[in-house]
Amino acid sequence: MTDDKDVLRDVWFGRIPTCFTLYQDEITEREAEPYYLLLPRVSYLTLVTDKVKKHFQKVMRQEDISEIWFEYEGTPLKWHYPIGLLFDLLASSSALPWNITVHFKSFPEKDLLHCPSKDVIEAHFMSCVKEADALKHKSQVINEMQKKDHKQLWMGLQNDRFDQFWAINRKLMEYPAEENGFRYIPFRIYQTTTERPFIQKLFRPVSTDGQLHTLGDLLKEVCPSAVAPEEMWFTWVMPKSDVLMIYLSYC
Amino acid sequence: MPSSVLWAVDLFGRVFTLSTAGQHWEPCRDAQLEFKRVSAARDCCWGIACDHQVYVLVGASDVPIRCQEEAYENQRWNPVGGFCEVLLPSDRWPCSDVSGLQHRPLDGVALPSPHWEWESDWYVDENFGGEPTEKGGWTYAIDFPATYTRDKKWNSCVRRRRWIRYRRYKSQDTWAKIPSEDDPQQLPDPFSDLSVGGWEVTDEPVGRLSVWAVTLQGKVWYRENVSHHNPEGSSWSLVDTPGEAVQISCGPHDLLWVTLWEGQALVREGINRNNPKGSSWSTVEPPTSENGILHVSTGVCVVWAVTKDRKVWFRRGVNSHNPCGTSWIEMFGEMMMVNVGLNDQVWGIGCVDRALYFRQGVTQSELSGKTWKAIVAGREGDRSLSGSSISLLSAGCFFGNEVRGGAESCGPGDTDASWEVPGPASSPARLRGKESKKGPSHATATFPEATDLSSLTLLQLGLEEPESTDCHALWAWVSGGGCAVEAHTTLKWFTTQSGLSPSTQTLLLPITPAQTAAWRRQIFQQLTERTKRELENFQHYEQAVEQSVWVKTGALQWWCDWKPHKWVDVHVALEQLTGNDAAQDSILFIYYVVHEEKKYIHVFLNEVTALVPVFNEAKHSFALYTPERTRQRWPVRLAATTEQDMSDWLTLLNLSCCESRRLHGRPSPQAIWSVTCKGDIFVSEPGPDLEAPERRLPCDQMFWRQIGGHLRVVEASSRGVVWGIGYDHTAWVYTGGYGGGCFQGLANSTSNVFTQWDVKCVHIYENQRWNPVTGYTSRGLPTDRYMWSDATGLQECTKASTKPPSLQWTWVSDWFVDFSVPGGTDPEGWQYASDFPASYHKYKTMKDFVRRRCWARASAGCTWAPTSPLPPSPSAPATRCGPWRGTAPPSTAAPCPPPGPTATAGTTSRLLPNRG
Repeated sequence: MTDDKDVLRDVWFGRIPTCFTLYQDEITEREAEPYYLLLPRVSYLTLVTDKVKKHFQKVMRQEDISEIWFEYEGTPLKWHYPIGLLFDLLASSSALPWNITVHFKSFPEKDLLHCPSKDVIEAHFMSCVKEADALKHKSQVINEMQKKDHKQLWMGLQNDRFDQFWAINRKLMEYPAEENGFRYIPFRIYQTTTERPFIQKLFRPVSTDGQLHTLGDLLKEVCPSAVAPEEMWFTWVMPKSDVLMIYLSYC
Repeated sequence: MPSSVLWAVDLFGRVFTLSTAGQHWEPCRDAQLEFKRVSAARDCCWGIACDHQVYVLVGASDVPIRCQEEAYENQRWNPVGGFCEVLLPSDRWPCSDVSGLQHRPLDGVALPSPHWEWESDWYVDENFGGEPTEKGGWTYAIDFPATYTRDKKWNSCVRRRRWIRYRRYKSQDTWAKIPSEDDPQQLPDPFSDLSVGGWEVTDEPVGRLSVWAVTLQGKVWYRENVSHHNPEGSSWSLVDTPGEAVQISCGPHDLLWVTLWEGQALVREGINRNNPKGSSWSTVEPPTSENGILHVSTGVCVVWAVTKDRKVWFRRGVNSHNPCGTSWIEMFGEMMMVNVGLNDQVWGIGCVDRALYFRQGVTQSELSGKTWKAIVAGREGDRSLSGSSISLLSAGCFFGNEVRGGAESCGPGDTDASWEVPGPASSPARLRGKESKKGPSHATATFPEATDLSSLTLLQLGLEEPESTDCHALWAWVSGGGCAVEAHTTLKWFTTQSGLSPSTQTLLLPITPAQTAAWRRQIFQQLTERTKRELENFQHYEQAVEQSVWVKTGALQWWCDWKPHKWVDVHVALEQLTGNDAAQDSILFIYYVVHEEKKYIHVFLNEVTALVPVFNEAKHSFALYTPERTRQRWPVRLAATTEQDMSDWLTLLNLSCCESRRLHGRPSPQAIWSVTCKGDIFVSEPGPDLEAPERRLPCDQMFWRQIGGHLRVVEASSRGVVWGIGYDHTAWVYTGGYGGGCFQGLANSTSNVFTQWDVKCVHIYENQRWNPVTGYTSRGLPTDRYMWSDATGLQECTKASTKPPSLQWTWVSDWFVDFSVPGGTDPEGWQYASDFPASYHKYKTMKDFVRRRCWARASAGCTWAPTSPLPPSPSAPATRCGPWRGTAPPSTAAPCPPPGPTATAGTTSRLLPNRG
């Protein structure tokens, strides 16, 4: 779908209006005003909340500040999930803006990974990209890229630069014309109802008898227990379950 | 129920039929001709062939079509010879028709057309009034005309007998040309559309048909006397219309609708059994004023229409008493045409994929049906298509109360392989009568480009050979007038036959452009809705990531247009800023040093009107125009050290200019196209107020963006069709892409970009002057022109200094003398004149003191440095990349020698699969 810029742009420029509120038990020197932001769906919480951090730190004493973390209705928010995923998973049914509580104390060690710096986010992001390319192209494309291409991909995400990002990402989304699609389709299915963080399996875009797989096929195979596909939410788009996988893999 | 057939014409004009009991398209048995139109009835099919003539194909039947011809032989008694042929002067002809008014010699009765043959010779009818007559078959009377009796009486002064001969229609199962009229005055101009129907209006005579046709001049004609026994009819008669007709549709009963050139429809009133031609017209306005009706099709009590934006409409409330109906209802889907057949069943040809769709769920209680369902029946000899057909959910059931009722009308064959796309909102919401809402519904208005190129491009990138003609028929016309599909018929059209090996199926992917377009539309719409939901009320929120300034810098040379008037080294920086409204604005800074003082000039890219590559010096330079600099005749000129560098800058600047003016994708149909004298193609979008004289954009403020490719002439139509002719006389058609050429580095340039080849001759002139000592030499007078010059003589052009038109061109021949200059030359190519400049002629005369001859050298174009040699293939002689596709082989009349194999061939860039 590399040429379908409209869809790509809409996916990229998806924003979630968010209201950040400081946790009531945090010790402040004066009243902490809530902070409002439009969060990019495709980015990561700790990557785009510098302003939030600064805003609340202004009203706090230095000694009361340790690593920032976020929580929504009692659930600590995993920064290594894309923001759109977190929202769709936890808060899609609630009213906007999304109310996120900001914490600076009692880091939930068992629920969250530490995020000491942006480098950690970059490493996580790049490992996701590499994993996906391993499934798509046996890592051939990502390995052929230069270091600066990797950097551009990351900088594109970090600076919310669609063109910069897609100039590189395009290559990751191509496949030889003689093939019907990627080797395997990289996907993860996140559910709130299960203990498993997500489901991930090898899944080819075309079945052994040559039929193109649909998203419905994937759900049938991967989580047969799932409720009716129409009621499931997908991270960035919610296509009809009959949409062919090959098409979805572009988005 | 006996099977009947659906008739269809593919894009190549081949006629096919599909039986209601069958699963395959069968080619029409008489495949000699290619057709534009077909219109079928149960027993016959009328068509307009590629020769604009009307043909009829009458199906073979057990009982032949026979007609009796008769003639009467008349005799009068006279006392000398008894009964003989000598009649009184006042009498009728010796051989006449039954009334005696027409002379009808037996050997003068001709067959009406070549499609008939005599069954036997003439013979005498020895029956009279059901009783046998005496031998000879004579009947007697006192005088002509009177009562005839079998018996000769004393007062029987005259007698007559009937001769009979039968003729038989012999052209069954073949296309029989309807004979042209004898009188050329009567002859209609070439036919453009035709429709048959009206068989339910009256049974008299047997098999009576109404055959209506429209000619290229927009006139409507009716074929008289078409019936079972006269399948060809007798003559055309003109039916006056209040406007210029383009298309016509005649229903099985008394409905007749005509599409007018202006977009309205005409409805024929007063059609009944006594007057099948009807008596008057009334007008029906199109659903929306901006998009007129393109096509109508009528049934017994339905009318379907397609408007110019390819939307499908259903006319509500049509019946015999009110042939005009009451209002339009927009239906789902975009079609080239629709056709209503028997039982008001509907077929359509998809706008994007040219596939045939059948409207499912059409019943008497629910005439608008439910869904469009693709007919995937294979053609004989084709590899059949595998996989699923699609249904697009309809505008819902307007006439039924339940949305999903009547499921029994869907055959079992469609339950496994079909899928349905839900309407963007709840289905009935898309269903609007004209009176309830003006204009197209919101959902469709959001996606004007459902047939968008990008979605097609996806297919091309993703799937090789998305639809070669082998595996996917592209249809042009369909007629269901002979196809009886009962509401409960099970059709096998929607699934493919089993028994295909899996390996075959792998090759045949069932994605049609329509499907991809539908998905894309759906996904895009959901995204749009999401954006609206999540952003609409929160626009005032701060963005989490601030847009930073993005800069490209580099070292270029800049032509200092004041002292010292020379190329100076400069640093260049392009700063792109994204405003809050997501509009990009860019500023180009040019930093230079004068007298050790740092200075800069800057250009706002949203003011740039044109970026033009300049090649006339040994520099890779380009010029940048703004309105002010256009008035000053002094563009900003920049030069790069390498061609790659220049091309990078040019691409980036072009892109930024387009971005700041929010120009994306292919030019609009209103765009103004031009070519430079170097063959570069530029296009300018007129403002929306082009027509308004008081706000007309001054030409120096028009923004011209370059389109890849190279042409000598370009011509565009207001419908967005753009053709051009290259220097080598090849015709090219614009494919809708916007890459290639200057946009080679652009991510979006991969769509619809093909390599383009062009050959151009460069001409220079060798000039000589005569002197008494040495004759003609290249030593001229001091006032003379350069001895090697261009055609005007003002510019010096030597063989060594003359370059190909641009750096992207290379020489493909050596210099040769061009003998084909106007006016002719002597054997050495010289033209003579009394002086420069004067009129040149091919012979030397006493008064001629100067002569010149033209040298030419062929060069071949190629847009960027070739990365690997690619021999020009004969099918697509191309080296130059652009959104152009050749439409004809290079003319052999090209004045230049064809490029040899040494010609360097460009390739598309690495990321671009070569589809040349």
